[in-house]
Amino acid sequence: MGDPATKTVYPYIPNSVPAIKADMLAEVGAATSDELYDVIPTSIRLDRLLQLPEPLLSEYDLRRHVEELLASNRPTSEVLSFLGGGCWPHFVPAVCDEIASRGEFLTGYHDGERSMLGSYQAQFEFQSMIGELTGMQMVSTTTYDWGTAAASSLIMAAQLTGRHEVLLPRTISPTRLRQIRTICGPTMTIHLVDYERSTGTLDPSALSARLSTDTAAVYLEVPSYLGFLEPRAPEIAELAHAQGAILVVGVDPSSLGVLTGPGGYGADIVCGDLQPLGIHMSYGGGQAGFIATPHEERYIATCPTLLVSILPTEHEGEYVFEWVNFEHISYGLRAESHDFAGTAQTIWAIVAGVYLSLMGPQGMRDLGETIMQRGAYARSRLSEITNIVTPVFDAPHFKEFVVNFEGTSKSVAEINAALRERGIYGGKDLTTEFPELGTSALYCVTEIHRKQDIDRLVAALAEVLR
Amino acid sequence: MIARHGEKVALKERFHQAAWQEKLVMELGRPGRRGVLVPDAGDDIRARAGDVLAGTPESLRRRELPNLPEMSQPEVVRHYTRLSQMVLANNVAVNLGLGTTTMKYNPLVNEFLSRSPKLAELHPDQDDSTVQGILELIYRFGGMLAEISGMDRFTFQPAGGSQGILANALMMRAYHASRGEADQRDEVITTIFSHPANAAAPATIGFKVVTLYPGPDGIPELEALKAAVGPRTAGLMMTNPEDTGIFNPRVAEYVRVVHEAGGLCAYDQANANGILGVTRARDAGFDMCQFNLHKTFSVPHGCMGGAVGATGVREALVPFLPAPTVEFDGSRYYLDADRPASVGAIRSGLGNVQSVLKAYAWVVSLGAEGLREAAHMAVLNNNYLVGRVTAIPGASLSFGKDNPTRRLEQARYSWEGLTADTGVHTMDVHNRMIDYGVQGYFSSHHPWLVPEPFTLEPAESYSQEDLDEFAAVLERVAEEAHSNPELVKTAPHNSTAGASVPGAEAHPAMTWRAFLDVQGQGAE
Repeated sequence: MGDPATKTVYPYIPNSVPAIKADMLAEVGAATSDELYDVIPTSIRLDRLLQLPEPLLSEYDLRRHVEELLASNRPTSEVLSFLGGGCWPHFVPAVCDEIASRGEFLTGYHDGERSMLGSYQAQFEFQSMIGELTGMQMVSTTTYDWGTAAASSLIMAAQLTGRHEVLLPRTISPTRLRQIRTICGPTMTIHLVDYERSTGTLDPSALSARLSTDTAAVYLEVPSYLGFLEPRAPEIAELAHAQGAILVVGVDPSSLGVLTGPGGYGADIVCGDLQPLGIHMSYGGGQAGFIATPHEERYIATCPTLLVSILPTEHEGEYVFEWVNFEHISYGLRAESHDFAGTAQTIWAIVAGVYLSLMGPQGMRDLGETIMQRGAYARSRLSEITNIVTPVFDAPHFKEFVVNFEGTSKSVAEINAALRERGIYGGKDLTTEFPELGTSALYCVTEIHRKQDIDRLVAALAEVLR
Repeated sequence: MIARHGEKVALKERFHQAAWQEKLVMELGRPGRRGVLVPDAGDDIRARAGDVLAGTPESLRRRELPNLPEMSQPEVVRHYTRLSQMVLANNVAVNLGLGTTTMKYNPLVNEFLSRSPKLAELHPDQDDSTVQGILELIYRFGGMLAEISGMDRFTFQPAGGSQGILANALMMRAYHASRGEADQRDEVITTIFSHPANAAAPATIGFKVVTLYPGPDGIPELEALKAAVGPRTAGLMMTNPEDTGIFNPRVAEYVRVVHEAGGLCAYDQANANGILGVTRARDAGFDMCQFNLHKTFSVPHGCMGGAVGATGVREALVPFLPAPTVEFDGSRYYLDADRPASVGAIRSGLGNVQSVLKAYAWVVSLGAEGLREAAHMAVLNNNYLVGRVTAIPGASLSFGKDNPTRRLEQARYSWEGLTADTGVHTMDVHNRMIDYGVQGYFSSHHPWLVPEPFTLEPAESYSQEDLDEFAAVLERVAEEAHSNPELVKTAPHNSTAGASVPGAEAHPAMTWRAFLDVQGQGAE
């Protein structure tokens, strides 16, 4: 039968042309490419072909195959979805898609301070714009997502304070809590602080009781995972600082056109996710985290990512950029560091920069305002339905809110199944993760939800619960 | 000049990279301009919602609009398109010098497929019944990587190689904890030529780290490993071939030594591009491994991500995998989050799923024979290039004297000879290469055990002409180092980025506002 590999010419492998391969083998002094592997003992060599499906050699066949696999998915664009909770449906401007698919940004890597100025500049611009939104002057390159950024921020706090205890609100996103437990759990003590049932806000007496000179950090989310806003954030900052602890605030940056940057109310470290800023959800693949701090040496030295810094050139008004922070992270310190830096999510930082440039100050204000208006409208309309309670917390909300179905005879799973039959994805089921909230779901309303969409949800729910 | 079949290799003598002198985005635009308008809520919603901003807590309310650029849409498009043109990326330039990173062609059809709304508009909390297609793809690809590595199960949650290494360190810890040995087994052993994350990630979760150094042949010393293992050993985390391109032929013995001491062995397969279908993690006895899909499996690097550290384990370690996992009950695919022994979650959702799709499509486009062909051609390309580069006066192969075995898919070299003769250093050569329209190379992770290092990895998607051109550029720059060292030391001359003002690096600034403060101008 011969070696089939010598017969197929692979479009992605230019030297798979038999004559070229033979020419190159002759130059390196090998009769076959197998000979190149002499260094690998036969005892650990695979003596058969891998058992993989027959290849789809033509692009057409490959495309048909993958499209057929994906066909059974029913994406949010084909229905009406109210799922949010960390991965959010937002409008993605066409410009964001265009820049995200530029081959130069997509297929570049690193080590290009002198040859990739464009990507470094885009990264620096992103950092600068996130700095403006958060009220901070030092911004990291990307982390893998908000949860990783939060865990890394807490590790920073431990290094900055020399302490190993952190306080998190019990209303924290369950996914982020799992991430923090996984990453920080081995080296830190994690305490959850209870919340006030009426407003959702952190219980001040519970916080005071837990805060001590062992506390490295207090972590807050604004807006909270459950959608309410924490009006006592400045007091919490003061309480934390009085004990020498760091205040870490996690944010949804799409709120920062209407909410002040956490730097304005005492946060020492801000973290969050970029996905709302012009990035498709992609089943969770659009997440990307960031960390923002004051422009102080101690924060820079503990920031667990490479950083892009601007440098003036001899030409007035022209700049170049360089990686800094090598010496403080694993690239320089190896086992003496406290990070797992590496390739993360930079393409989304570039896209987030594009998005913020498009939106501008007024766009971010309009976005925040319309999200709050639509959410208020949805809560008002939903609360007209008998036996539904929303909002559950007596507080201003942003983007998400809890809907309680305790007064109905149905579970959230049953309600969502019935909604699904009507082409609607209801809110995320909170029954297991927040049992104290009873039969509840987390609904998300953004600028993509029109009046007729919300009205349709209300009508469908009324029908399902009838 | 290096010749192939008697022909001279023509260099791009008049190359110049795009240099738009593009202002920073913060300096562009005019007050009042808009790039995109937000959909209006409409009167009905506004009337019922009331003044939502007035209802925002005083303490959180933003008083002034954020200081973002105010740009029209054409300005934004032009700015970012210009920035993109000032990137010497893989689609633009021969980029085979970035050793350890496996820069290969990123098939456009896979990009096209990954942008389908059937994937791009999926929410991670959708009911399993509405995501059967993507779950099937993930499940199938897990099976393919299991076959490729010999491991039993994979997770794609880690969104980078370093996060995959972290996942392996966490599973090591969980495994020993399940046997009541978590406190006792607190040491992880790695090698100095493995990626820094193999030392840093275990340290971050509390392990002590022991680092093995190479012997004269470039291979970590077995005796040092034997001396390092003991009742405190949690495991070994290493690459093979290491970043030098040297394959450790006794790897199975290393694994056995660690197993006999009760430790686990994790294989960082960042350098797997030359061994797909040739040798597998299981064949050497490893318990766990991780592939970088953004390297070996053709997923683009995105100027530093999105990435995937696909992490695989043997059956005994499956309970410890990050949750949720993708399962199949014979008729439907579903997510299993109820895994009490799991290390937990290290990334939200299932990771960078769009990248998993691209990697799947790449494997399906090649099949078993194609994968083997890709690996063989990567190794052939590298050996061809080794011949070309080591023929350049002043360049040498690291550990070449004591270890003449063939390098696999990459090789680390040294300009020690050139530096001694000319005073020109490896980063000078790197900067001068750009002037000929090829991307500069990767030197080495720290510490630089090899003096004046450079690491080349000509993956299978580079042509023989690309290899010749790259080697000819190196040869030309080495000649220039002798004839005109200042020309090399002040390079690049034909690139976008000029030289910074001397001393400026003493004042790093990561935002425009910080920079203006550092400059004493103050932000407006």
